[in-house]
Amino acid sequence: MKNNALNYKENKSEVKIDKQKVALVGNPNVGKSCFFNYFSGVYVDVSNFPGTTVSISNCSYKGFEIYDTPGIYGVSSFNEEERVAREIILESDVVLNVVNSLHLERDLFLTLQLIEMGKKVSVVLNFCDELKKRKIKIDTKKLSELLGVEVYETTAINKAGFENMDDALRQARIGKQSSEISELLKTVKTKSGSISDTLLFLEGEIPANDNFETIHNVTDSREKIYLSRRARVNEIVDQIEWEDSKKGEFFNFIGRLVLNPWTAFPIMIIVLSLMYFLIGDLVSQRFVAFTEKQIGKKIFEYNVKSFIAKSTGSEINITFKDDSGKIIDTKTFLFPDGFNANNALVNEFRSYALRPDAEVNFIFTNPILKLFFGEFGVITMTITYLLFLLFPLVIAFYFAMALLEDSGYLPRLAAMLDRTFNKLGLNGKAVIPIILGFGCITMANITTRLLGTEKEKTIVTAILQFVIPCSAQLAVVTVLLTSAGLVPMLIYVSVIGTILILLSTILSKFLPGESSPLLLDLPAMRLPRISNVLKKTFYRSIGFMKEAGFWFFVGALGIGIMQITGLLKIWTIILEPLTTVWLKLPKEAATAFVMGMVRRDFGAAGLFDLHLTRMQITVAIITITLFVPCIASFVVMLKERGWKEGMSIWFGTWITAFLVGGIVAQIII
Amino acid sequence: MLKMGNDTLDKSKKGISLKIVKLPDGTYKSQLIRLGISEGDTLQCLQRLPGGTVVVQKHRQEIAVGFDLAKKIKVLFLTNEK
Repeated sequence: MKNNALNYKENKSEVKIDKQKVALVGNPNVGKSCFFNYFSGVYVDVSNFPGTTVSISNCSYKGFEIYDTPGIYGVSSFNEEERVAREIILESDVVLNVVNSLHLERDLFLTLQLIEMGKKVSVVLNFCDELKKRKIKIDTKKLSELLGVEVYETTAINKAGFENMDDALRQARIGKQSSEISELLKTVKTKSGSISDTLLFLEGEIPANDNFETIHNVTDSREKIYLSRRARVNEIVDQIEWEDSKKGEFFNFIGRLVLNPWTAFPIMIIVLSLMYFLIGDLVSQRFVAFTEKQIGKKIFEYNVKSFIAKSTGSEINITFKDDSGKIIDTKTFLFPDGFNANNALVNEFRSYALRPDAEVNFIFTNPILKLFFGEFGVITMTITYLLFLLFPLVIAFYFAMALLEDSGYLPRLAAMLDRTFNKLGLNGKAVIPIILGFGCITMANITTRLLGTEKEKTIVTAILQFVIPCSAQLAVVTVLLTSAGLVPMLIYVSVIGTILILLSTILSKFLPGESSPLLLDLPAMRLPRISNVLKKTFYRSIGFMKEAGFWFFVGALGIGIMQITGLLKIWTIILEPLTTVWLKLPKEAATAFVMGMVRRDFGAAGLFDLHLTRMQITVAIITITLFVPCIASFVVMLKERGWKEGMSIWFGTWITAFLVGGIVAQIII
Repeated sequence: MLKMGNDTLDKSKKGISLKIVKLPDGTYKSQLIRLGISEGDTLQCLQRLPGGTVVVQKHRQEIAVGFDLAKKIKVLFLTNEK
């Protein structure tokens, strides 16, 4: 047992040893989080499990240390979540097993496995209100008798039955072992004497080591155990559950519509359009325009920079723009010795700078200050970007995903699109990172973790960096395309679509490894609980900012250094001939491409002022879409996928963007 | 009504009842057993999605099975419930 010791507590010396460790365990979608919230009150400690990317919450409750675990179907190691849950279960003194009473056949498999592991268990039946609604009866007493542990009825959403949770923790006990499993357990002797170890060894979860001594060999012991356990589950369910009515439920009906090919497609269009209007229009355009420009630039950056400019030399350019973004006037102020040296000029500067149509650009003479507070300032730009642009957007995206997830629509969407994704060497689950990619590629890069195999992760990561425009870029692309008309739009969509298909076909054909087929449990459709959705949104958004925030600073530092050392300029000069001759665009477009490395929308926005023809616009946005992702997604991609793969994808986007853009240019311009 | 033959899950149609004859070996078998699908079980085909992803139902449990996995699951078609 001790060789499975968890190291995630080593840095938490304040944890008392005498506290009983409780693992909160259950299948996905059993309402486990409601229980954890009940135990935790407000104080939740969320931390990443060492060596993995799965975050684990824990809290103290009346002498117990309670650990939330990811939703799992069994104690094994088919994926990262399961491995983490398994470690926590092995380390725990007590297991509180939350069961969805509508899905006993599925959920009791895990329950029996926990009991067979010799753990002290209490079982909590959740969704008991649904049982009444659907006229299903469960004999809880009999279930408790058959399992040999206490069983509690609850309805988590209104906390019915939660008063018994203290009891559930204290009364947890070792349950009944089936005779068949007992016999199998006797075939192996363990030094540690732990039943959990023996069982997991027999299930092929723990590799053979000197802890185990096989007394007589059993072939396919995992399958034998699984089948025996399955049979026992079915037997138990037969004895304790009655269904009085098989009336079709409203949400069941919705569930059917969502999967029926005739209705599924229109529903998908409606859901995705609603998402687009909520996120793409309302949040990423209107709301972020306000937070980024008004709060970020005008209040936050202006005040920070003004403060820095007090005692250091700077040149300040103010541009006045009309509603359509045209420059109508510019003013330049010089403060060689800082604001403090010239109070009269400061007052004049302020009167201009505070005009609502003014855009103020501070250029500091000191290169270090420039690096931290200048146009691409590590502190100024990154904080504005993170807090006032990305954060609202990430919240909106995670909110929409949580809604889709909790309603049960997301897994059905994945099933609907499964076959389409199969053609790209993926399965339906890939829809999740791809949708998120239209929000923020960085966020999507992290989400590729939920995919089954390394091959799928690589393919999706590549698709994200090559062809998916993030919301910031999509906005600019849409404006440019609508101004260019129908033909450029068709060219754009077909070129990007072709690249998507070519890219994924080539990758799925030539990459080693396998893609995994879809096997997805479809939870019942239901109205999402808004409190739960908000909680999920909150934790995921914070989690993302924690994880990616730092890399945005690293990226900004890199770009800042490139700007100060003049590398950014050199890059632009190198790209100029390629831009004018091969892409047939004005040489200023090269600056737009280089800016695109910092932030994808900077790149696209730089094209606004160039007075391009319709076909030039087409070439420019094709190139910029295929071009490298922003600096933050680049860094996060390197972290997620490793140097070799990350750099290959990054250089791949350079080559593809200029190659494809150029070919299109040679044909249409 | 019984139709014999070497049928696989991907060939099922909406509304059909089917019996699982053989699951493919390996980790997918374990995962299917965990979700409640084992050899000898009777399931309903809830939907066959365009392209061949199959959604099966056992009691209240609905499970989507990708085409490539469905191809490897041997079944016996029982009835055509209409």
